[in-house]
Amino acid sequence: MSLLSVRDLTVKFAMRENTVTALNGISFDVAKGERLGIVGESGAGKSITGFALMNLLSRPGFIDSGQIMFEGEDVVGMNDKQLRGMRGNRMAMIFQDPMVTLNPVLTIGQQMIETLMAHRKLSREEARQIAIVKLREVYIPSPEDRLDQYPHELSGGMRQRIIIAIALLLDPQLIIADEPTTALDVTIQADIMELLLELCQSNQVGLILITHDLGVVSQMTERTLVMYAGRIIESGRTREIINDPQHPYTQGLINALPQQTLPGQRLKQIPGNMPSLTNIPPGCPFNPRCEYATDLCRSRIPEISHFGEVEVACHEVQRLQSNDARQEAKA
Amino acid sequence: MKDMATQTLLLEIKGLEKRFDLDKGFLETVKFKDGRLTRETRSVHAVNNVNLDVAKGEALCVVGESGCGKSTVARLVAGLLAPSAGEIHYEGQRIDDLSRNEMLPLRKKIQMIFQNPYASLNPRMTILQALEEPVRHHNPKFSAAEVRDKVTEVMMSVGVDPTWIKRYPHEFSGGQRQRIAIARALTVDPEFIIADEPISALDVSIQAQVLNLMLEAKESRGLTYLFITHDLSVVEHFGTRVAVLYLGTVCEVADTATLFSNPKHPYTKALLSAVPQLKDDRPNHIRLKGEIPTPINLPQGCPFESRCIFANGRCKSEKPRAIHQPDGSIVACHALEEGRLDADAPGL
Repeated sequence: MSLLSVRDLTVKFAMRENTVTALNGISFDVAKGERLGIVGESGAGKSITGFALMNLLSRPGFIDSGQIMFEGEDVVGMNDKQLRGMRGNRMAMIFQDPMVTLNPVLTIGQQMIETLMAHRKLSREEARQIAIVKLREVYIPSPEDRLDQYPHELSGGMRQRIIIAIALLLDPQLIIADEPTTALDVTIQADIMELLLELCQSNQVGLILITHDLGVVSQMTERTLVMYAGRIIESGRTREIINDPQHPYTQGLINALPQQTLPGQRLKQIPGNMPSLTNIPPGCPFNPRCEYATDLCRSRIPEISHFGEVEVACHEVQRLQSNDARQEAKA
Repeated sequence: MKDMATQTLLLEIKGLEKRFDLDKGFLETVKFKDGRLTRETRSVHAVNNVNLDVAKGEALCVVGESGCGKSTVARLVAGLLAPSAGEIHYEGQRIDDLSRNEMLPLRKKIQMIFQNPYASLNPRMTILQALEEPVRHHNPKFSAAEVRDKVTEVMMSVGVDPTWIKRYPHEFSGGQRQRIAIARALTVDPEFIIADEPISALDVSIQAQVLNLMLEAKESRGLTYLFITHDLSVVEHFGTRVAVLYLGTVCEVADTATLFSNPKHPYTKALLSAVPQLKDDRPNHIRLKGEIPTPINLPQGCPFESRCIFANGRCKSEKPRAIHQPDGSIVACHALEEGRLDADAPGL
């Protein structure tokens, strides 16, 4: 049984004039201990997905329909008490900016101990000991002293380690990390990613990694979802998606990276912009930017088709594949 | 580097330093020490003895992590900040001590593009107004029609529809705004563009569009770039030469190809190894101990000493000199100089 199973999840935002659809019927699963990457550009709906999984959307956003089964329970139907019992406890979230997540007027220790005592029947001293153990797990030097420090006294990398320690505090089954290293420098990012990978693997914790960075997804995850304008347009094993992307958007995204082109040559760019949610074109949302678009693409939303273990939502994918085959035969 | 002698030097930076005083008012500087009042000022040493040359037609990339002083270098060269010490020469002329009026003709030659196109365009000016302003300012003799022609030409060249000229910045997407910001820099036909993280705020597919635009402008207009970025994959693609900055000090300067195939400074190696790769065949990244020290109390010796696995007593006490290597790169590292690290070993 999968740890998390999302079916036809639709999230809408009630705006003054109309209602916009931010997530349009997305479905995916996360197995126990599995690491899943969600990639896409800004406005694709990656972060909304993360918030929806925790049932954290606040007005004007709401879950319109669909199901989020987590460890056999539907998150969508949970009341506040059940949600409090789940959030931070069985499902934890890591955000981009640690300074926003940490309370600036409480010490690190207060924040960690408070979390522990809210969910477990522990004495203050027991909670303190657990906090120290968790800080040591994320390689924080002299954790006893850190407990009495305030967030502003620590560096960005150190703060993000503490966020990870807090996320792991109650031994959750699933961690949702939303751009956890985007605000950090590359050398620190590499450290934090390595740490997150190590902790997820050793504790069999599931991970949903939301990021715009294909390099990070490639190194961290086993499976990947590619999102575009509120839909999943391609999903499958990370290695296959990176090495042999099927959807024209995924191909474009990978080909646009500077390392895919010889230095000084023009990059292969995707023309245009992601459509705004209030103005999604009819048919396949990618069609105005897609060089293979046909009339069918402009009128009908593509169904998901299976290619081995990869799922792609594209009308033209079959034709593209035969093109590829022909080109390979020529070469 | 190799054929530097045959190229015309456009920009020379000599011993550039910039300190920002932390204690602004007089009272903040007064400290009570050993029973008596003393005055002491603390300052951030943002840029320390930086020497760089940019030849005509080059794209020199300055890379480093946050706080390494790369943006400060850009602002010093653009004349937006005054250096605390050192000299900046442009086409042989010293430019860091010029008055506002003397600087004016240079502003036409040197233009700057900033990271955030949401902040660099005035929200209350239409695109037409924003683009016309620099043309008028630098070409007071132009007629209204000439100004308009120039604006239209530049807008076409950056791929923004000239019929949108009456619109305001908020009506454009981030990528289009950055195109407009680039157009604004190009309206005065500059020779030298200082770009401070011009694509960092943009999405991947838009980054490629803007980077292509900058490459096109380089070729068609013969531009020279000083390109500030933290993104090494962009450097490898865009730069002809790279300078790696750490704590306001240049660690290594080399041709792009040389730097990426054969990095020499331990920091450069660590930085390159930390870039997430698409293909998973890369060796594990080099873990640095500790974190970047604060630029308030600069270490006495090599700025990288506290995190370097090759550091010894000399690194702690003496600043390394920038030494020319056989392949043309310039590296400031005692360990390399003394042969304590094998320069050709892959990884460390």
